[in-house]
Amino acid sequence: MTGKEWCETFVINNVKFSLHPAGHIIGSSQIRVEHKGEVWVFTGDYKTEDDGIAVPYEPVKCHTFITESTFGLPAFKWRPQAEVFTDINNWWAENKAEGKTSIIFGYSLGKAQRLLRYLDTDIGKIYTHGAIENMTEVIRPLTSMPVTTRVTRDTKKEDFIGNIVVAPPSAHGSTWIRKMVPYVTASASGWMTFRGARRRRAIDKGFVLSDHCDWQGLLESVKATGAEKIISTHGYTDIFTRFLLEQGYDARTEATQYEGELGEENKKEESEEN
Amino acid sequence: MKAFAQLIKKIDSTNKTNVKVDALTQYFQEASPKDKVWTIAILSHRRPPRPVNTTLLRTWATELANIPLWLFEESYHIVGDLAETIALVIPASEDSTEKSLTQFLEEMIALKKKTEEEKREYLHENWTNLNYYERFVFTKLITGSFRIGVSQKLMTRALAKATGIDIDVLAYKLMGNWDPKKISFQELILEENAADYLSKPYPFYLAYAIEDKPEDLGDVNNWYAEHKWDGIRSQVIIRNEELFVWSRGEELVTDKYPEFEAFVSALPNGTVLDGEILPYKKNTIGTFNDLQTRIGRKNITKAQLKKTPVILKAYDILEWDGKDIRDMAFAERRKLLEKLYAEVKTEELPLHLSETIEFSNWEEAAVERERSREVMSEGLMLKRKDSPYLVGRKKGDWWKWKVDPLTIDAVLTYAMRGHGRRSNLFTDYTFGLWDDDKEELVTFAKAYSGLTDAEFRSLDAWIKKNTLERFGPVRSVTPHHVFEIAFEGIALSKRHKSGVATRFPRMLRWRKDKKIEDANTLEDLKQLIPKPEKGE
Repeated sequence: MTGKEWCETFVINNVKFSLHPAGHIIGSSQIRVEHKGEVWVFTGDYKTEDDGIAVPYEPVKCHTFITESTFGLPAFKWRPQAEVFTDINNWWAENKAEGKTSIIFGYSLGKAQRLLRYLDTDIGKIYTHGAIENMTEVIRPLTSMPVTTRVTRDTKKEDFIGNIVVAPPSAHGSTWIRKMVPYVTASASGWMTFRGARRRRAIDKGFVLSDHCDWQGLLESVKATGAEKIISTHGYTDIFTRFLLEQGYDARTEATQYEGELGEENKKEESEEN
Repeated sequence: MKAFAQLIKKIDSTNKTNVKVDALTQYFQEASPKDKVWTIAILSHRRPPRPVNTTLLRTWATELANIPLWLFEESYHIVGDLAETIALVIPASEDSTEKSLTQFLEEMIALKKKTEEEKREYLHENWTNLNYYERFVFTKLITGSFRIGVSQKLMTRALAKATGIDIDVLAYKLMGNWDPKKISFQELILEENAADYLSKPYPFYLAYAIEDKPEDLGDVNNWYAEHKWDGIRSQVIIRNEELFVWSRGEELVTDKYPEFEAFVSALPNGTVLDGEILPYKKNTIGTFNDLQTRIGRKNITKAQLKKTPVILKAYDILEWDGKDIRDMAFAERRKLLEKLYAEVKTEELPLHLSETIEFSNWEEAAVERERSREVMSEGLMLKRKDSPYLVGRKKGDWWKWKVDPLTIDAVLTYAMRGHGRRSNLFTDYTFGLWDDDKEELVTFAKAYSGLTDAEFRSLDAWIKKNTLERFGPVRSVTPHHVFEIAFEGIALSKRHKSGVATRFPRMLRWRKDKKIEDANTLEDLKQLIPKPEKGE
């Protein structure tokens, strides 16, 4: 395995490859492929907002643009993250005032670090689930992260009161969180747009915060690449493609291997639960 | 409206009933009297008539969102709620309104008579200017269905906390046909009214399902058995020459059963009976399906009364001669009830007695239980002879011993996205059985429950990959999966394509071991219909 710099071109079998920031999580890349002047770009997961941790997404000019469309519906509309974090911190402060522990769920890689970075440590201490702490230890040297405390067997019940715990979604409903009673739960995810998604998970509060593009983000990205051919993978591909066709693009969908065989939408939902 | 939208946001931000009640209580302490009346009206499903139909709502919302109609429709199928979809697709606004909830509702009432262009303008203006939650609430009020995780009971609980008025008294005050446009909070809630207490029911005593075998209950001689009737559990109250009928959901349903008015002259004042409302015609107990034509209608027509008359099958007496006798032993209460029944019974009076049965051993009881479907019951109730009438679901003295459900193997034919909580998954299924030639699958039931979350997810994924056709939110799927469907009751029905109605259908097992050829036929299903005995 060899590392590559952003935008560094390397050639395999007469095909030029380069990696470009995707802004999804730290290190995530788009792949640009060029052969005989024909350029294709494959986005992988990406978001257009600069989250202050990952190198921000840059549109790359191409002829064919292969884009994810996880949130390819006009119902998805993100607010600037500063506003969302104000809400999250206010929520934490309110829970603290009521003598409760705040538990917020986010995927261990990516969403968890984004949450950690912007939690207001003036309110209280940040506790982390082991899975998140392990990941954060790896990322800590690459960016600035606040002080966090790993939840261990020795963490006492009283320690949690008024503080916040960042945990992976799988911790919800597990015995692990029983020690934190009385607590209030929240999830930070694009899926929290839907009232039903929050109720489905029996979570108290939903914060709409995603590491993917919203509807406008997708449309703007498509436009910025100057591509004529758009291939959508992942998510509401049919709907997004139909809309692009009506807008005059040569659009189609493509199934990807990583969508797996089962639970396309749900798996996606869980992995994006972050 | 700002405060009301904030309330809905608060309720939306918690999964805990107590937090919801607290938020409502606080709202009821702070809101203006008129806004309170409207809030009560909305949460007890008394909304003004819908001023704009949903087709126009969709069209106009689509215009404002600047998206094609098909894209709006696709979004609606996925979101699962019209008001929520509209609130989401229209460009965001951070503005808030100073108009009160009452003002909005008055405007909506006036809107009904306006021209289409005026309606469009009104909606566009409000959709543009309101923030997300206000816009959501505003549209919910227009569309009519206001289900947001607050039941009438929960609302009543909060109102009781906020006003200090007894919750049952409040439940009574909120019954009937009051008009939120005309009534004040003072008149509706605060004014003392002697009749409020007259109507007060006793909390129902509820039985647990028997856990293992009835032998565990000990000596059979300590127990009375009765058939477990499949109707509406209710309390009938006669006090001060007035009749009150309460259903188990603590809902006052007197108006729905006008035949019970005959009890006012037949039964003495200060009598409260506990029993089951059952459809009863030509000396035969009907099915729950028959009764369904009487439930959920506010005004009962003469035709319905004639088509589906009801009786009260009484099994207990809770008040006698104006005295609460719930502490008396069940056997003693039964003696009183049977004596009363013997005195008042006539051919016409819609009052029947649920007979108690005594057994000399449990085997005899088991034999009687097997007969349940023939007598149109769901099984047996076992009640300890010396038991008082307790409050709520308490273990020990009353047990229900239902017959096993009927089951049939059927093929999954259609799937629909769930609503609300389950709007992202295909969880609402339609099942078919083979016709006579085993060539075509005929739809016979819909079921939504009985699978684990993991099974729902895996089936959802399979459905997405095996869709034959899409009809809006509904998909037809390749006939492939066989499910064992359980149900409690079965009856012939003209309203169903299969000609058969089943009660409480649910998925008992996913029969991955079976092929679709192994599924049952419609004829197999019809064989399960019991031939009722003529009763009493």
